[in-house]
Amino acid sequence: MAAERSSASDGAVIEVAGLWKIFGPRSERVLACSDKDLDPAALREKTGCTAAVRNVSFQVRPGEVFVVMGLSGSGKSTLVRCLTRLIEPTAGEIRIGGEDVGSASPARLRELRRHQVSMVFQHFGLLPHRRVIDNIAYGLEIQGMARADRYRRAREILTLVGLDGHADSYPDQLSGGMRQRVGLARALAVDPQVMLFDEPFSALDPLIRRDMQAEVMRLHREVGKTMVFITHDLSEALKLGERIAIMRDGSIVQLGTAEELVGAPVDDYVADFVRDVPRSHVLSLRWICRDPESDEHLDGPVLPADMIIRDAIPASTASARPIRVVQGDELVGVVDRVDILTAMTSDAGAPAVHAEKASA
Amino acid sequence: MSAPAVPVTAPQGTLRLPRWAVLAGIAVLFTVGYLLYRGTGTLPHDDEAAPFLFINDARETIDAGRNENPLFLYLINYLRLFTAGLYDLLEVGLTALGWPGLIGVMGALGWLAGGWRIALLAAAGFVSFGVLGLWEASVLTLALIVAAVLLALVVGIPLGIWTGGSARVRRLITPVLDVMQIMPTFAYLAPMVLFFQIGPASATVATLIYALPVTIRITALAIEQVSPTAIEASASLGATRRQTLRKVQLPMARETIALAINQTIMMALSMVVIAALISAPGLGSDIVRGLSRANVGFMLPAGVAIVIMAIVLDRMTMAAARRRVSDRVSYVAAGMLALAGLALAAVLPAEFPEEWRISFAGPVNDAVTWAKFSWYDVTTAIKNISSEALLNPLQGLLTSAPWWLVAAAVLAVAWWSSGVRPALTALGCLVAIALLGLWEHGMETLTTVLVAVALTLLIGLLLGIAAARSLRFSAVQRPLLDAAQTMPAFVYLLPALALFGATRFTAIFASVIYAVPPVARLVEEGIRGVPPTVVEAAVSTGSTSGQLLWKVQLPMARRAILLAANQGIVMTLAMVVVGGLVGAGGLGYDVVSGFVQRTDFGMGFTAGVATVLLGIMLDRITQGADRRPSP
Amino acid sequence: MKIGSRVHLLAGVLTLGIAIAGCGGAKVGEGTGSAAPQASSGAPAAAGTVKIAINPWVGYEASAAVLAHVLEKEGGVKVEKKELTEQVSWEGFETGEVDVIVENWGHPEEVKKFIDEKKVALSAGSTGNKGVIGWYVPKWMADRYPDITDYKNLNKYADLFKTSESGDKGQLLFGDPSYVSNEEAIIKNLKLDLKVVTGGSEAALIEGATQAQQQKKPLLFYFWNPHWLFSRVELARVSLPAYTEGCDADAKKVACDYAELDLDKIVSKKFADTGGKAYQIVKNFQWTNEDQNSVANDVQNNGLSAEDAAKKWVDANPAKWQAWIPQ
Ligand SMILES: Nc1ncnc2c1ncn2[C@@H]1O[C@H](COP(=O)(O)OP(=O)(O)OP(=O)(O)O)[C@@H](O)[C@H]1O
Ligand SMILES: [Mg+2]
Repeated sequence: MAAERSSASDGAVIEVAGLWKIFGPRSERVLACSDKDLDPAALREKTGCTAAVRNVSFQVRPGEVFVVMGLSGSGKSTLVRCLTRLIEPTAGEIRIGGEDVGSASPARLRELRRHQVSMVFQHFGLLPHRRVIDNIAYGLEIQGMARADRYRRAREILTLVGLDGHADSYPDQLSGGMRQRVGLARALAVDPQVMLFDEPFSALDPLIRRDMQAEVMRLHREVGKTMVFITHDLSEALKLGERIAIMRDGSIVQLGTAEELVGAPVDDYVADFVRDVPRSHVLSLRWICRDPESDEHLDGPVLPADMIIRDAIPASTASARPIRVVQGDELVGVVDRVDILTAMTSDAGAPAVHAEKASA
Repeated sequence: MSAPAVPVTAPQGTLRLPRWAVLAGIAVLFTVGYLLYRGTGTLPHDDEAAPFLFINDARETIDAGRNENPLFLYLINYLRLFTAGLYDLLEVGLTALGWPGLIGVMGALGWLAGGWRIALLAAAGFVSFGVLGLWEASVLTLALIVAAVLLALVVGIPLGIWTGGSARVRRLITPVLDVMQIMPTFAYLAPMVLFFQIGPASATVATLIYALPVTIRITALAIEQVSPTAIEASASLGATRRQTLRKVQLPMARETIALAINQTIMMALSMVVIAALISAPGLGSDIVRGLSRANVGFMLPAGVAIVIMAIVLDRMTMAAARRRVSDRVSYVAAGMLALAGLALAAVLPAEFPEEWRISFAGPVNDAVTWAKFSWYDVTTAIKNISSEALLNPLQGLLTSAPWWLVAAAVLAVAWWSSGVRPALTALGCLVAIALLGLWEHGMETLTTVLVAVALTLLIGLLLGIAAARSLRFSAVQRPLLDAAQTMPAFVYLLPALALFGATRFTAIFASVIYAVPPVARLVEEGIRGVPPTVVEAAVSTGSTSGQLLWKVQLPMARRAILLAANQGIVMTLAMVVVGGLVGAGGLGYDVVSGFVQRTDFGMGFTAGVATVLLGIMLDRITQGADRRPSP
Repeated sequence: MKIGSRVHLLAGVLTLGIAIAGCGGAKVGEGTGSAAPQASSGAPAAAGTVKIAINPWVGYEASAAVLAHVLEKEGGVKVEKKELTEQVSWEGFETGEVDVIVENWGHPEEVKKFIDEKKVALSAGSTGNKGVIGWYVPKWMADRYPDITDYKNLNKYADLFKTSESGDKGQLLFGDPSYVSNEEAIIKNLKLDLKVVTGGSEAALIEGATQAQQQKKPLLFYFWNPHWLFSRVELARVSLPAYTEGCDADAKKVACDYAELDLDKIVSKKFADTGGKAYQIVKNFQWTNEDQNSVANDVQNNGLSAEDAAKKWVDANPAKWQAWIPQ
C-alpha cells in the first residue's frame, strides 16, 4: 500500500544517479579534476581527501528490499546517509518518491525525513533518558503530534514488534535484540514509505540476529515498506535481499539478484565475496541444467527452472531418470543426480564459480 | 608527531645519543655559560618599570571616567546594580526563612536530591553553621554563592552548549578559558575594584568570573560527549536543531552538566575567602581576619563552615545528578520537612540559640601555640634547610644568570621535551615576562614553583604508587583525597601559616598539600589503568614486583604521570600567588601588593599577566612532552 | 515564528532604549544627581546600619570595637564590621560599602582623591591618638651596640640582620603588605644594605620582636606607636633623618623618617549628611593612646574578644565615652 503512493515516472521509489561523496578539504575541487579517479590511498596521499562514494547510481522499486553489501570502509554507511542528506553529498542526483532531495530546502528535507524515510542504526541510537514508549513516539513528537495520539500509535507499533509490556522500561533495561526492536519500532512509527537500515543487526549475537531477520521479513510482508538494507553479512543479504549491490572503495561493482551474484560474479572481488555461499541454496536449476544427451530418457519428473537446487533433491532421489527442467511449458534442459551432487559438493570447497560460469 | 627535533641530532646510521645525554648536554652548556657570564645581563627589578606606570595611568583615567564614560554609564554600572540587586534579593530571601526555615528547606532539597541520607546531611550541615556560631555569616556566604553560581550558569551553560556544538567556537574560546584558569584569582581583584568597586556586587562578579571557565568547559564536554548516533537518529527523523538540542543533547548531557554545576559551586566556594578582600559578606572575612592576625583559632570555625558547606552542596548536586525522577513520597517528605522548618521559624527565636553554640577558638589557639613551640625546632629546621639548600641557590642561579642564558636553556629544554612549536611558545612567554619588567620576580616565582612541583610530584608519586599497589592503603587514602579535593584552596593556608609563619616556605607547603591529592589520584589511576594482560605477561616472564613497577607500570602510566605534573604545576602556581599573602615573594607578592597599594596597581596587574605567561610556559614544556610518543 | 522573534527583539531594544534614556546611565556614588536606583546593599546609614571598616592591626580594632559598642548601645544603630585593608576601605565610600574609617594614618593620596576630588568622604576629626611609624630593634641590641640606633651605622651591622629570606643583605621585617610604607624608597635613597622582607601581618612583627628580645636574636623591623607591645617588650627606635615638612611629598624621593600623625576618622559623605546621633558619636569619639593600648592588650593578650574588651573599657570609663554622646 505504501508502495502505491510512489509517483516516480518509472515506478522507482529511490533513484540515485552519479552520486559522489568526498570527505576532506576542498572536496569540490577534487571532484572537478581527474584526481577523483585515483585509487583511495593515492587520493588520500595527494589531497588528504577520502572518496567514500564514487559515482554511484541505482534505483529501488516500490516494496523492494534493496541490499547494499561491501567490506568495512567501502562507503555503505556514507551512501545510505547521503540518501536523506544526513551526510551532504558532494555531487549527484537523488530522488525519493520523485522529489529531488538534493535541492530540497531544509524545511522540505525535514518533512521528507519526518514522513517518508526513516532509518534504523547499527548502534540503535536510542535515547537513554526516555522510556521505550517515548523513544518510539519520538518521531511523532517532533512532528508535533498530540501526546495521546502518539502514544496510541506507539503502542500499536510496540505490539507489532513484539515488545508488549516494555513500554515503561528504559533502553538500558532491555537486551540488545529488544533494543533494536525499539529502534525498528521508532522507524516504523512514523509510517514511512522507505526504511533505511544501516547494519542494524551486526551488533547482535547470531541467534538474536536470526530472529530479527525473520522479524524484518515478517514486517516486510505485513507492512510492505520499501527497504534499503546495509549489511556486510552475506547470508543476511541473501536471506533478505531481492537485489543486492556490492560496493568496493565507494563504487558499486555489481548489482543483481543473489542468484546472479553467485552464478555470475563480475570479478574476483565479488567472487571472493560469494565464495562461501552454498550454491545449492542460492542457485536455481536453471544454472546447472544442460541439454539432454541423446540417450537420455525424457520422462523423468518435471521441475520449474527457478526451483532452488537444494529443493530438487527429493525429486532427484525419488527417480533414477534425469529431471526435466521447464520454464512454463518449455523444456529448458535436464538435470540428473550427478549434476545435483556436483553442485552440492562444490558448496563445501571453493570452486571457481567464476570460471564455471564462463564455461556455461 | 615528528621525530625529536633535538639540537644535537646524530646523523642516521651512526650512534644515536640517548635522550638523557641531550639534557645533560644542555645542563653542561648552561653551567659553562653561567660561569662565564654570571652577573651580566641580569634584569633587576624596578618598581617604576614603564609598563607598570603605563597601567597606573590607564587606571587613573578609567577611575576618573567612572561617571562619564559610556561604557560605565550604560553597561558596567548597570551590571553592578543588577548584580547587587540579585544578591540583595537572595540575602533577604534566605534571611527571611529564618534559621529553622532554611535548615528545613535545605533538608527538603536534600531529600529531593538524594533521599533521607542527603536530607540528613544537608540539615545537619546547616545546623552546624549555627553551632559554630556562624549562622549569619554562612547565610550571607550562601547568598553570594547562589548569586554567583546562578549568573555563571546563565552565562556559562549557553556558552558551553555553543562551544560544544561548534569546533570553531571551541578553537576561539579555549585559549581565553586557559588564560582565565591560569590567571591567579588574586590578580583580578584589583581590576575588579576598579570596575565594580568593593561590595557584594563586585565580589559576586569576581566569583562568577572565577567559576565561569569550569562551567563552560564541562558543559561543552557534556554536549560533545552525547552519542553521535543518538543525534543522527534524531536528525534522521526530521528533528530541527533546536528539537535535537532540547530533546536529545541536553537530556543526555544532563549528568555531566550537573557535574558542571557541581564544579561551578566548588569553584565559587573556593573564591569566598578571596572575595572577602573586596568586602564580600560572609565567612571569608573571618578567615581574612584570622590571617591578618595569624590567629588560627579565629579562622578555623569559618574554615570548617566553608568545608561543610562545600561537602553539603557537593553531595546534594551529585545526588541530584544521579537521580532519575523523584517519586511522590520524596515530594511529600520534602514538603513536610520544609513546612516543619518554616513553622518552627515562626515559633523559635530569630537568632540561633546561644546555648547551642560551641566555641573552640581557645583550645585551638592553645594547640597551635603548643605545636609551634614543641615543633619549633623541627619546623624551623625544615624551613631553613629547604630555603638554604633548595630555594636560595636555585633562586640565586636564576636571578644572577644572564636572562638570555636562562631563555636559551628554557628553549632547549622545551624543544627537547616537546618539539619546536611549544619551545617557541615557551620562549615567547619568557621574553614577554622580561619585557613586562618582571624578570627578577618571575624567576623568584619560578624557583618557588619548581621546588613546590618537585615536592608535590615526589609525594604524589609515592602516595599514588602506594595506593596502586595496596588496596588497603588505597581504601584509606581515597576518602581523604576526596575530602581534600572538596576543600577550598584557602583552607590550606591555615596549617601552613600555623606551622611556618609567613615565609616563602609557607607558600610552598600550602601548595604542596593543595596539589598532592589530584596528583596522587592521577598516578594511582594511571598505574591501575595498565591493562591486566600486560601485567600478567610481565609477571609470567618472572619480573619482580619492583621490576614490574619500574619497567612496566610506570612507563605505561607515563601519560597519567605527565598529566599529573601538568595539573600539579597549574595548581601550584595558583597557590604560590595566594601565598603572596603569607610571605611568598616574587610575582605573588606583586599581585597582592598591587591590590592593597594603589601605587602598585600597574605592577600587580602586570604580575598577574606574567604569572599567566609563566603558567603557559610550564604547561607547554610538560604538555608537549605528553603528546610525544613513548620512547 | 520568525516574525515572533523579531517582535521580541524589537521590544527588547525598545525597553533598553527607554531605560537608558530615562536614567541617562547609571552613575556611581552620590553628588552626581543620578536618578539610577540605589541598590540596598549600597544604602548608607539611613537603614540604621553603620558600616565600619576594620583595618588589619589590633590598635585599630580596639578603637573600632569601642566605637561600635557605644554606637550600638547609645546610638541606636546596628554596626557592620568590614574586614578591609586601608586603601581598599576608601573605595567603599563611593558605593556606600563603608561609612567609617576609625583610624586614618595620613593617606594624602586618598584624601585628595576621595575628599577633595570625588567629595564622597570627609574627615570627622581626630581620634585623640598620636601615631608614628618607625624602625625598631630590640632593646638588647641597643644596649650591646649603642650606635645601632643611628641609621648611618646600619650598614655596619647589616650582617647581623641577615636571614634565609634576605639573602646577602640585612633583613628589615615589614608587616602587612597593605600598611603605609616608605621603606623601599628610604633604603634606596639612604643606600642601606637592607632588604624588605614582608612578614605578612602585625602578628609576624609582634612575634618576631618578642622572640628577638627574649632570645637575644638580632632583628630590625617596621613598627608603630600607639601599640600595646611597648608596655611588654622593650624596643629601641632607630633614628632616620628627621622628618621635615614635605620631605615625604614625593614617594620616590623619601629619605627621612615618618611624620608624627594626628590620627583621624574618615566618614562617608552620605553618613555625615544624615547628621544623626550616630554620626555625632563618631565625630566626638576621642581617646588617648593609653586607652587604645589597654583595650588592644586585652584583645591580644588576655583572651578577650574585641567586643568583650570594648565592653570592659566602656564599663570602666563611663565619663570618657559619655562625653561623646550628643546632648
Ligand atoms: N566523517 C568522515 N570524515 C572523513 N572520512 C570519512 C567520514 N566518514 C567516513 N569516512 C571514510 O569514508 C569511507 C567509507 O566509510 P563508511 O563508514 O561509509 O564505510 P562502511 O562501508 O559503512 O564501513 P563499515 O562496514 O565499517 O561500517 C571510509 O574510508 C571512512 O574512513
Ligand atoms: Mg558503516
